[in-house]
Order: sequence, then structure tokens, then C-alpha cells
Amino acid sequence: MKEIVIISGKGGTGKTSLTASFASLAAGRSVMADCDVDAADLHLILKPEIRQKTVFRSGHKATIRLEKCIGCGACLAYCRFGAVVIHNKGTESATFNVDPVACEGCGTCVRFCPVRAIDFPEQACGEWYVSDTRFGPLVHAKLGISAENSGKLVTLLRNEARTIAGKKSLDYIIIDGSPGIGCPVIASLTASSLALIVTEPTVSGDHDLRRIAQLTRQLRVPAMICINKWDINPEISGGIRRFAEVEGFDFAGLIRYGSAATDAQRAGKAVVECEERGMAEDIRAVWNNIKD
Amino acid sequence: MKIAIASGKGGTGNLDCDVEEPNGHLFLNPVISKTETAGIPVPVIDESKCAACGECVRFCQYRALVRLGKIVMVFPELCHGCGGCMLICPHKAITEQNREIGSVEIGMAGKADFVQGRLNVGEAMSPPLIRKVLEHATDDAINIIDAPPGTSCPVITSVRNADFTVLVTEPTPFGLNDLGLALDMVCDMAMPHGVVVNRTESKATSARDFCEERGEDILAEIPDDRRIAEVYSSGKIICDALPVYERCFSAIWTGIRKRIQV
Repeated sequence: MKEIVIISGKGGTGKTSLTASFASLAAGRSVMADCDVDAADLHLILKPEIRQKTVFRSGHKATIRLEKCIGCGACLAYCRFGAVVIHNKGTESATFNVDPVACEGCGTCVRFCPVRAIDFPEQACGEWYVSDTRFGPLVHAKLGISAENSGKLVTLLRNEARTIAGKKSLDYIIIDGSPGIGCPVIASLTASSLALIVTEPTVSGDHDLRRIAQLTRQLRVPAMICINKWDINPEISGGIRRFAEVEGFDFAGLIRYGSAATDAQRAGKAVVECEERGMAEDIRAVWNNIKD
Repeated sequence: MKIAIASGKGGTGNLDCDVEEPNGHLFLNPVISKTETAGIPVPVIDESKCAACGECVRFCQYRALVRLGKIVMVFPELCHGCGGCMLICPHKAITEQNREIGSVEIGMAGKADFVQGRLNVGEAMSPPLIRKVLEHATDDAINIIDAPPGTSCPVITSVRNADFTVLVTEPTPFGLNDLGLALDMVCDMAMPHGVVVNRTESKATSARDFCEERGEDILAEIPDDRRIAEVYSSGKIICDALPVYERCFSAIWTGIRKRIQV
């Protein structure tokens, strides 16, 4: 079983479009996981039929019970996240409140409130799903508005995808990762079989590639690089190829610029379902380079 | 005044609180005059005082403390730096030490001040660094904040104290789906905001239809033009290289001013 994670560093380089095409090329032999949990888009192409829905609970947040609060301000002094705010400050109706967006759920104020006026309920952070699609099973999620712990949710999705792949003896787990190099990206990369880094020949794409490539090294995950829209700047594309060579990353291929990706997206299809030649040809070549 | 530029989807054209992948410097060519390190306080355990009672381990919500036999181990990369364990330890065995997670680069880009955060590779937690970048905002100036993509903690930390948030989208199913999520976020936080549609095509009305349905007005539309992609790819500023688009960008600015009346 091979677990391939598609990542990019910079957003908007074409991760999800590529993931959808790979899912189509490996139809019947793979399970997909959309680990870009805070801006999930893969479902727009895969059109899942939801089979199982589970609430994702994680972490706690402090809430002050106003009727018990004596206004001593201890919580304000303890909170290091600026989450305790005073409403109607300086008036007789001043009250202490917790801004749920700023609260990191550490529990310090809860523990040290002298009159135990602070509750600490567990948070429902979203939902996750196991679905069927025309290419095979998909594990995906919807994180609640302003919800945290996306790294934990990513780990949960990956574990579920692994279980499904094991049960059904599937050859591939194809993971759509999230942009950046922070917590959800680390959670989607750790201990996977291969990271495919999708970059683009822009100064920002090139810059971010170097950071994500370094992250795969630190996590000891083998990585390959492919360049999307390579022909918008052949010079930078050449630089990226040299970077891959010098740093010892295998090169997975070049994908040309064009409207095929947007057209396919608008039709709710993978690029390789819409055309045989052009961009689809490039994507197939990348898949052939990473699949073994 | 603080104006944040955000997008649910990455790569839609927001130019830095994007500390995971900071790019502002690539376009603005700032001269960095000062670099400050940013860190969070993490616990250090004095083994001579620690009785391995486990109070701190039970208290820590992030599982950054683990008891192994008679010692308590700290996993600093999981620690959020709340300081609770130090307060709770009955033997006063815990002190704090600063752990560097990234740096803040300060300089000038032309006549503008420039501040950028750079998260160290391998670090999971960006909000403490973002807060540090935002400490450099000045009240009497216009602060433009480049937020990271998505809708979770790093974005919220970046936009939460902004006076206005510009949401950049593109007229594709992915772009609009993510715009919907970003709108849910700013509406939930009751933040003044406006939408800019990048890469519009005259025949594609999907973004306009979407915004009309959600009752959102569009500040400006930037056409889909391969020349823009090429100019951007080489790190140039679009208005400088393609003056025809100057009007597009000044429309965004006029729109913001009208909405927050400055």
C-alpha cells in the first residue's frame, strides 16, 4: 500500500485538480483523503455520497458564568492569549468574558478562578465523513467556523483512510494536503510513503517550494517535485529543475498552463476525464512517475 | 487602521502574516534593517525538585508533558506557552525558558514600513508569531496585513483585529466554495469586509451570481490575463508593470475607504 500526499507550500498551485486526476487514474485501486480540512474542495469534483457522518470533538474553551463571577480579574491576569475581555469597561455593569476565538483552551483560568465561575466544555469542531465516489472511497471533513485542531482532524482522516485501504486491500491512499508548512501539513506528511510537491514557476512558488522541501527532509518523507503551469516562466522552471537535481529530489514532470483545469473544475470533473491530450497527457505522465 | 487581505483558497492573489510561507518580500523588495526572534515560553523541569506527582501532566491540555516512571518529560513543540503547569506545580519545580519558533523581519519597502514573520521550518504553531508581527502595527498609519489561506487559527489571528478584510476569490468552483467559508468566518466575527474577484472572464458570471445571492458587494474585478500571471511570476508589482490595471487596484482602495469612511 502506497500513501501519496500532494502538497505545495504555496496555495493555488493545483493540488486538488491533480489529486482528482490521480484518483481517476487509480480508480478502484485507491482511497482518497481530503486533508485540506480548512478549505476542502476535492468533494466538488468527486461528488461523494456520504455513508457515515461523525462529529469531531476536540479541545475545550473557557466560558465565564456571569452570575457566579465576582469580577476579581484573576482570569485576566492569568490568560496569556488575550482572550479575557471586559465588556462595558469602567461602568457599573462591567463584566468579564472570554473571547472564544482567542481562547486556546489551556484551562489555566478555569483552574485558578477563586469562585469556580468558569466552565470548560469540550468543543464540537466539525464533522467528518466516509463516502463513496465514482473513483473509490473518500474520507473528508468539514471543520466548523473558526475551529481549531485541524492537525488532529487530519491525523484522524489519515488513520481512517488507512483502515479502509487495509480492509479493501487497496493499492493507494491519495491525500490532498493543505498549503503552508504548519500543523495540518505536518500532520498530513508524517510517515507517509511519498510527498508529491506541486509548485509553479513564480518567485513565490519557488520560494515556498524550498521551505516545503526542507520540511519533507526534516520529517524524512521521500519527496518528488512537479511544476504546474511550467510555461508561464520557463526560466524559473529551469531553476526549479536544477534545485531538484542539486538537492536530490526526483523530478515528477511538467504540466502546461491552460484553461483545461478550470474548464474541468467547472464541469465537476477531473482533467483526465475531460481530455486525452494536452494537460491530461502531462498529468498522466506525472502519475506514471509517482505510482510505483 | 488595519486592512487584512485574505482568501479561503490559496493562490487567488493576496500578497505578511503568512508566516508559514511569507512572500511579501519577493514583490516589495524591502530593505530589512532589523530581525527579532519570536518565541514562546516553555516549561523546564528541575529534576531535583520534581516529585513526579503528575499534577502538571494531568493539567496540560496539549499533552506537552508526559510522565515516564519517575521523571516528567517536556515536549516543547506541543506546548502553547500558557504557563499553567508552572503555576500548578506543588513543588515549584517548573520554570520557563523561551523557545524560538521564528523571526520577525522589520524594514522599509520604498516609503512604507515592512514587517514580515518567518516561521522556522518544522514548527506547527504560527499564531504566537503572527501576534508578534501584529504588535508592530501603528495606529496612525494604514497597515496592510497579508493573511495566510484557509479559515482556521492562523487566519483568524491575522484578521481578528483588522478594521476591514478584503476577501480575494476567483470565479471557479474551488474559489467560490472557499470564499463561502471565508465569508462564514468574517460574518461570524462580525467584521467589515468586501470581495475582490481575481481572474474574471467576461462570460463567467458565477462570482457575481454567488455574491448577489449572499448579499455581498464586489469591490473590484481583475481580469484573467496571462500577462498578469507572467508579471507576477517574475516578482514584479502588477500596477507597475501593467499600468492599465492601475484603475482596478485604485477601485479596491476607493471601495474600502467608502465602506469604513476614512
